[in-house]
Amino acid sequence: MPALEMTDVRKTYRSGDTEVMALDRASLTLGDDEILALVGPSGSGKTTLLSIAGGLLTPSDGSVVVGGEEISSLDAKALTRFRRDKVGFVFQSVNLVPFLTARENLLVVAEMGRRDAKESRQRADTLLDELDLGDRGGNLPNQLSGGERQRVAIGRALMNEPALVLIDEPTSALDTKLGEQVMELITNEVKSRSTAAIIVTHDTRMTHYADRSVEISDGVLAA
Amino acid sequence: MRIAVRELLRRPGRFAVAGSALTLLVVLLLLLGGLLDGLYLGSTGLFRQQESQLVAYSADSRDAILRSRLDEDLRSEIDGVDGVEATYGVGVTLVGFRVDGGDEMGDATVIGYEGAISGVPEPPEPGEAYADRRLEAEGVEVGDTLELGPERVPVTVVDWVDDVAYLLQGGLLVEPDTWREVLASARPDASLPDGTFQMIAVGTDADADPEQVAAAIDDATGGATSTLTIDDAIAALPGVDEQTSTFNQIITVTFVIAGLVVALFFAFVTVERTAQYGVLKAIGSSSGQILAGLVTQAVVVTAGAFALGGVIALGLARIVPPGIPLVLEPSRALFVAIGMLVTAVLGGSLTLRRVIRIDPASAIS
Repeated sequence: MPALEMTDVRKTYRSGDTEVMALDRASLTLGDDEILALVGPSGSGKTTLLSIAGGLLTPSDGSVVVGGEEISSLDAKALTRFRRDKVGFVFQSVNLVPFLTARENLLVVAEMGRRDAKESRQRADTLLDELDLGDRGGNLPNQLSGGERQRVAIGRALMNEPALVLIDEPTSALDTKLGEQVMELITNEVKSRSTAAIIVTHDTRMTHYADRSVEISDGVLAA
Repeated sequence: MRIAVRELLRRPGRFAVAGSALTLLVVLLLLLGGLLDGLYLGSTGLFRQQESQLVAYSADSRDAILRSRLDEDLRSEIDGVDGVEATYGVGVTLVGFRVDGGDEMGDATVIGYEGAISGVPEPPEPGEAYADRRLEAEGVEVGDTLELGPERVPVTVVDWVDDVAYLLQGGLLVEPDTWREVLASARPDASLPDGTFQMIAVGTDADADPEQVAAAIDDATGGATSTLTIDDAIAALPGVDEQTSTFNQIITVTFVIAGLVVALFFAFVTVERTAQYGVLKAIGSSSGQILAGLVTQAVVVTAGAFALGGVIALGLARIVPPGIPLVLEPSRALFVAIGMLVTAVLGGSLTLRRVIRIDPASAIS
């Protein structure tokens, strides 16, 4: 079963009297352990596509199936549950909760989903170990380096065992060397769990870490 | 909700401003309530402690005990009304007193009574008095001889009783003849003959409706009496209704201000944390979970403010001069606590619209 199937997805916004096409009949299929790099300049529609795939936005038209679940017609409450259970996000600016430790930032996902506390703690500890943060779990974000914070964000995205991980510009604030380390880490972690992922980037130097790349421009996916 | 609690524990300083403002409001509410209770209790003790259900005044007194007089004939008519179980004469006189011939003057309400006052024994011997414990603050002790009024009528305090003040003056409970002697001394123009009282306390039969008995008494006396329930008699005391409604309005406004403090603080917090809440919503938190966290924080901050404010109010109550009628009652503290918690929940909930409007997509755009 594909991790993601988008068929003829359109997204339009109204801006005054005019209609702006953010995504134009986008169709995309992602295998269940495939990593896709979505490449395009600012304003090309890549964030819109990522948001629709992650249930943050609903499409104006078209079908979106994630992990076998059609989400294009879900209401806000169902989309909240879908995001909690089916997808993981790594945000551009990491966005950890500043007063929670690294371990608690992972457990937030489990607490929101009311998962078994003991199992969740074990999973958080396992993820932290695998992310080489085993001895940093009790540290607050401001006590971690930029790379460590990025790794905590990755751990948070994997905490709910998602069908699809969505990663927004993971290297935009990093120099080339650190950017490559982060990309390597992300792809290793995602691949080792046979999870699908979309990595949005405008940096074409990073695309070789993905299984394939798709370009997007003016809301249109390259064939 | 755990996130909210952890933030409270790890970043208490963020809530210091709101907590301080709420603490001051709690102190204000407790002191205002304490003053209201002190004024009310100090003005109404004589009436609240009546074991009878009704009190009768003369009709021309306009329901003021000091203007009322009821003679033996009227009392006999009251005794004969169906539903009346027993009657007790009561009279009061406001006088100054000196302790054991000293020069310091105090104020007291001399209460002549025949019985049926809660917590007070049968009337003492002539020349003796049971003293309201609030007179302790005026230097009175058991065994002291007090000289009452301009003619310095002597009475000896034989024991303490509680909560029998009238118009903020501690009560000195004496048998009727002693009261008449003091009344004649303090107000010769208003002296009363034997058998005449200012008020008749009326105990009704257990199965009788006190309001119907009151109406029957006034009918039986041909309109010469005005018979009231205890609650109505308290409401008729000079200033009691006015001071109660005034203080209650101030207290209500203070609760509204507390609610605004909570609402504004958490509205500010929500605006400040829009990005954080956007991320939490993006990873699966519902608006309800975020709001529950905010309300939890509002309730915990308010509970802390109540605890601290309560300690401060208790400390202030200890240093308030005895002449200020401040009484901190547990029931008042409970009222303020419940009121503040309700205010916190309502104030915190006012951020609901803001929380709902936070777009999870903002986390990624």
